[in-house]
Amino acid sequence: MISVGIDIGSITAKAAVIKDDEIIAVRIMNTGYSAKNAGDILFEGIVSGLGFNPSDIQSVVATGYGRKSITFANQAVTEITCHAAGARYLNQDVRSVIDIGGQDSKVIVLDETGRVKDFAMNDKCAAGTGRFLEVMARALEVDLKDFGSLSLSADNPSSISSLCTVFAESEVISLISKGESRENIIAGIHDSIAARVSSMAGRIRWMAPVMMTGGVAKNSGVVRSLEKKIGHSLLVSPNAQFTGAIGAALMAVK
Amino acid sequence: MIESEKERGKIKSAKTMKEIMTHYYIEAKTAGETGKKIAWITSGGPVEPLIAMDIIPVYPENHGAMIGATHLGVALCEQAESMGYSRDLCSYARVDIACAPTDGGPIGGLPKPDMLVCCNNICGTVLKWYEVQARYYDVPLFILDTPFCHTQFSDDARRYVKRQIEEYIAFLENICRKELDRDRMAEVGRLSIEGQHLWQAVLDTTVHKPAPMSAFDAFFHLGLIVTLRGTRTVIDYYSMLLDEMNTRIKEGISAVPDEKYRLLWDNLPIWYRTRWLSEKFAAHDTCLVADTYTSAWCGSLKYMDPSDFLNSMAEGYSRIYLNIGVDQMAREVIAMIDKYDVDGLVMHSNRSCKPYSFGQYDIERIIRKERGIPTLIIEADMVDERSFSEAQIETRIEAFMELIDR
Repeated sequence: MISVGIDIGSITAKAAVIKDDEIIAVRIMNTGYSAKNAGDILFEGIVSGLGFNPSDIQSVVATGYGRKSITFANQAVTEITCHAAGARYLNQDVRSVIDIGGQDSKVIVLDETGRVKDFAMNDKCAAGTGRFLEVMARALEVDLKDFGSLSLSADNPSSISSLCTVFAESEVISLISKGESRENIIAGIHDSIAARVSSMAGRIRWMAPVMMTGGVAKNSGVVRSLEKKIGHSLLVSPNAQFTGAIGAALMAVK
Repeated sequence: MIESEKERGKIKSAKTMKEIMTHYYIEAKTAGETGKKIAWITSGGPVEPLIAMDIIPVYPENHGAMIGATHLGVALCEQAESMGYSRDLCSYARVDIACAPTDGGPIGGLPKPDMLVCCNNICGTVLKWYEVQARYYDVPLFILDTPFCHTQFSDDARRYVKRQIEEYIAFLENICRKELDRDRMAEVGRLSIEGQHLWQAVLDTTVHKPAPMSAFDAFFHLGLIVTLRGTRTVIDYYSMLLDEMNTRIKEGISAVPDEKYRLLWDNLPIWYRTRWLSEKFAAHDTCLVADTYTSAWCGSLKYMDPSDFLNSMAEGYSRIYLNIGVDQMAREVIAMIDKYDVDGLVMHSNRSCKPYSFGQYDIERIIRKERGIPTLIIEADMVDERSFSEAQIETRIEAFMELIDR
């Protein structure tokens, strides 16, 4: 059985192919203007890249904010359920998932069988999300990829108190003009995301082991800040960013 | 003629309800010609003395709900903000303040008040809101201060509120230049309590599975118990509605055709999205069978004495849902979870209504611990559509339903 999961996020679109319970391909691209287009291109690319025909695919499940635009999918499932399924696949023991994506962050608690028991999401505000980091990277003229390593050499992380992305950007700009080092500012930004997400995790009583998923999991600085804040280590899979798509492909098998 | 499934599902009394409300607003808007006096009053305020004095009560909050439902909220909120009122203020207050100088809203503004009656049992915002309107219309304002009842209602509090009720009556007598007919007052009190019992009976029909109506229907039919409490009209209407609900139960007509899951709603409706929300849940064969909001207008019946209305209303009006401690609110929510046998709780974290939304995280925690049912928090606002983000709310609802439906 070959199934495809497509996760259309606000910034990036991801696809994963699962064959007989094995991930055989993943693919990512920018979502861009049209979620539908991104879905078409991803599906076509990942299927033909494997030398398959679309007719070889038994089932497609779409997830993420653009899930409803994927008209060729057999089903649309929310990213909460898909991240839970994906995380559980990547590690059979996972009991909580912290997912930080482009426009939202969420904490999911699973029961012993791996089903979603409870979840919390950020309110309608981009603070504590990937988009927040993008805005900050622009203000600091730093490539987002370098955020993790730079923050690890901070000696005194700045305090970013504003909850609003736009105001936090102003705060960052004023820190820059005061001569604060990039490293300290970036570490401060990571701490502010961690503070926001950990209070959400506290609200729904997370349980270990905790896995971090979503694109922001690639940022080792955020991972470290979060671990410090919640007082527990986080599991991060090399496929973290594809967790939703993997989960969707698994849902397709069901 | 074969009645279509959709027609069959409609609540027929709704037509009468619309007629009564239209008649009520026409009477209020033409009070200038009939010589009747108009009092604006807060939704939780004691309306019975007004009815007994033949004063027409008008509810800016009911008007606010109409504004929300007709999608006029954003423009009026923006208008209030341009007048200098903060966006953080209650949207009912903002739209009402904006309507005053512009005659805005779906009915061309509310009739000008002869007096204002403000009871702070629902929130503190009403004090400043009504002061603003008292200055604008240059009319007298009566404030009934109901102490917050964390756990109990003390004798001092009772004396304090009862004294104010006498002052309230004197205030009305002074404006109307006539004495309150105490026999009439007692009769209005009896009618008010009877109306509340009937409203509770209507709400209780949803204990039946499947529920003959939903909380979204209750949001609509609520209008009368709020505005015309203490009149015969309310009793006649809710008797009719109750009969219709019982008939629906007998005939197997339900609000959601294949009711599979039952949920409890907390906080005010999102007036501009009631249909959208109703359809979202119905698509998952889910009915919101009860809510903490519409039941607030019959929630303190246990303190009311039909044979001594004036004396018992001090406690009844003080111990309403929004004027009690969070632990007590949680107890009431738990009682509703058990009574209506629901599978989950949906809480609207309402940016406008601080006293309603403030304790929700605590209530959520207590519910999880004591009943273990899933809860969902939706961040929005009752009237200001700028605080509603469709994609995010849709994802939360769908994820919540995936969690329940497994």
